[in-house]
Amino acid sequence: MTIRVQAEDFDVGAEVRQLTAGNTDIGAVVTFTGTVRGAAKGRPIVSMTLEHYPGMTEAELARVESEAHGRWPLDATLIVHRYGELRPGDNIVLVIAASRHRHAAFEAAEFLMDYLKSSAPFWKKETTADGVGRWVDARETDLAALARWNLQGHSRSRAAE
Amino acid sequence: MTVQLLYFAWVREKIGRSGESLELPPGIVTVADLVRWLSARGPEYAEAFARPDLVRAALDQSHVKPETPLGRVREIAFFPPVTGG
Repeated sequence: MTIRVQAEDFDVGAEVRQLTAGNTDIGAVVTFTGTVRGAAKGRPIVSMTLEHYPGMTEAELARVESEAHGRWPLDATLIVHRYGELRPGDNIVLVIAASRHRHAAFEAAEFLMDYLKSSAPFWKKETTADGVGRWVDARETDLAALARWNLQGHSRSRAAE
Repeated sequence: MTVQLLYFAWVREKIGRSGESLELPPGIVTVADLVRWLSARGPEYAEAFARPDLVRAALDQSHVKPETPLGRVREIAFFPPVTGG
């Protein structure tokens, strides 16, 4: 189980090799890479800036990863999320789920993405060619995706912990 | 009670700072109480919290609801719904 929050880019192939090295129990590796789209609501963007909450970000990602391990028989997982100023086409996030069989790996990778999108404290700002920056709105569809996993998302009460 | 407040994304931009240390008066029990008190501190705060349903909170780096008691919290963060991934 590994999580990383970094400004630097990542190499998917290198991350898979490192995560699975020496573990021949693994029979399935699913990776998801999120990248910066070149346009927002039809307007081309020149950059996307990701702000985050250092400390809480790592804690939330670790919690998300731990929850996945409680739900599926996973041999290895990795979450890498970037912050700072990114350009269209750049990598934003990497999720890897490795298991004996494919179903657990596919489902866990999707779960990790749905859950982190609703809980990890990151905020995207898109800047268009005119120099205007706009904060990206949270999407209802992301919350609907989360509901599928029977999670309350970020509305957890502390009393319930 | 002195607490460290942190603001992120457009909440930070509207308030005009990324954080501050504030002494809270007695009577502020919940997150919602704190939002009401902050909103009365000035127009920049009123603007940031104009739509309380669009502002999320974390107590000591855990997501909480408006009705959550502050308790003996040290760090309180306010931010828009998250948009990572």
